[in-house]
Amino acid sequence: MAVKEISIGDIGARAAAADEEFKGDEMVINMGPSHPATHGVLRLKVEVNGETVKACDPIIGYLHRGDEKIAENMTYNQFIPYTDRLDYIGPIHNNVTFAIAVERLAKLEVPPRCQAIRVICCELARLQSHLLGAGVYGMDTGALTVFMYTFTQREKLYTLMEQLTGARFTTSYTRIGGLARDIPEGWLGHVRKVVDEMEPVLDEIDALLSRNRIFYDRTVGVGVITKEDAIAYGLTGPCLRASGVPLDLRKDKPYCGYEQYDFDVPIGTNGDSYDRWLVRLEEMRQSIRIIKQAIDKMPDGPFYAEEAKKIFAPPKKKILTSMEELIQNFMIVTEGPQMPPGEVYFEAENPKGALGFYIVSRGGGVPYRLKIRSPSFCNLSIVPKIMPGHMIADIPVILGSLDFVMGECDR
Amino acid sequence: MSAADDFLSRLLGQFAFLSARPSLDLPAVNCPQDQLIAFLRHLRDDRHFDLLADVTAIDHYEESPRYEVVYHLFSSSNHRYLRVATPCADNEEPHALSIIELWAAADWHERETYDMFGIVFDGHPDLRRILMWDGYPFYPLRKEFPLAGHEVDLPATDVVERTGVKVKPAPMMGGPFHASQIGAMSKREPRADDESWTEASEKDASQALSENPRELRRDD
Repeated sequence: MAVKEISIGDIGARAAAADEEFKGDEMVINMGPSHPATHGVLRLKVEVNGETVKACDPIIGYLHRGDEKIAENMTYNQFIPYTDRLDYIGPIHNNVTFAIAVERLAKLEVPPRCQAIRVICCELARLQSHLLGAGVYGMDTGALTVFMYTFTQREKLYTLMEQLTGARFTTSYTRIGGLARDIPEGWLGHVRKVVDEMEPVLDEIDALLSRNRIFYDRTVGVGVITKEDAIAYGLTGPCLRASGVPLDLRKDKPYCGYEQYDFDVPIGTNGDSYDRWLVRLEEMRQSIRIIKQAIDKMPDGPFYAEEAKKIFAPPKKKILTSMEELIQNFMIVTEGPQMPPGEVYFEAENPKGALGFYIVSRGGGVPYRLKIRSPSFCNLSIVPKIMPGHMIADIPVILGSLDFVMGECDR
Repeated sequence: MSAADDFLSRLLGQFAFLSARPSLDLPAVNCPQDQLIAFLRHLRDDRHFDLLADVTAIDHYEESPRYEVVYHLFSSSNHRYLRVATPCADNEEPHALSIIELWAAADWHERETYDMFGIVFDGHPDLRRILMWDGYPFYPLRKEFPLAGHEVDLPATDVVERTGVKVKPAPMMGGPFHASQIGAMSKREPRADDESWTEASEKDASQALSENPRELRRDD
């Protein structure tokens, strides 16, 4: 039997050839801010010639809530719920990142048990985020089935979050210097069961898409980001690693005790949409590896730092029975935790990339300035560079492969 | 002496125009505007600070220089951060130099800083608002801008004409998780310290609310 070879070829050349053939009209079309393919309230102003994109200008800010202004007007503790609403796909990771940033300001060391719980939380958030990213990426390329698989798994993670924090979505779990509460009885067993069941499903997702002819044709060579561009535009996270830069803050700037865990950092070779898919898929497997190690080595002890007494609200029972704790609680609620003056900048490897908090303190309980460095904002800034030359149908594919979330981009 | 301190002292020794900047974590330097681009180029090309992590600004309000632009650089090979801060010359109409020629990432960061603080980056090819809409008259992260906001017209003037709807500043009733209680909120909530407005003395007449915020709230 003769095998007919199908060449994928260079997408730019294909687009140019199509352009020559059809000689389309030039016009400006508007995608969003309410459009199923733009993942939230992103608006794109696209100049097209026929079906070919000539220029693309993302217009953001439709979800701007002024989080940085709000932060200047409330205490450090009170800002934690606002961090849930940044990257709301894996909210618990934002809680952890913000808590560590303020702990750097207060020069606090959290105990090993707190660190290990935070690592599990971070990796569960990564799984949440990448499962959603993978599911909707499948939908963007026309493969609806994958979404069903990933959302079934994501639902189980929501249940875990509910058991841990009391909320499925807006977790607000960390406190500065610790956690809101210890893990509930038997929770680690539930986590292990969920991730054990998830592993074969990841293989299934892999089998459904990675060697799927249609998916392959739609993503290979589409939205190529070179190594140099990725660095110049300040990309971070899976988008940077898919371009072949082995930068992962968990490895390179370890926080939360990540240096104790054994895991690999997957990187891509071509930097196209297909590589970004593969990198996220492998990161999920690595996250499961980290979670299993963290469960095995879960240390005993307190879940918040002893020195955090001046920051951390005392247990409710003590507030109701002891004068000193009552006063302490009153001071924390009215004045906020007292911080030394100074500046800190902390970045953590969030699911979408490096989420940074730059805190300028002049002492007292309220930050003088708090800047949120959002990975989605930086990752989106490369869109005007990579879109031109592609077809309109490639726009959802590229946006899906960048996996941004507008709550974090607009803040 | 740690590696970071060592790096910082060598940097300060090499460039006389730098001064050390107080910092609780990363090595940090202050750099004057006129040397900034050459210094950042040196950092990028010769010291492997290849990633521009963040650009932002600080409003020091009643001090001079009032505005400072702050850059965070990261080296993907040495895994090292550096904070570089530079003062803006004019307190009324602050200007800074664009570093878009060094890092393409500066494009959106500088647009955001302009949008929020009104700092004009000279040399930026496309400096327009990014988070707020074109034509918005204020710079929200300046310290004199109140948390409650100012009343402005909706961006779509034709909609305003047709519907008569205007944007009202949100009545500032503490945080999102606070129930309304009796007494002056601005006095009871230290964190909601908006000096331009209290229940006793309203905002200046042009920005005043047409109704009492408390009344509004009760209607809800």
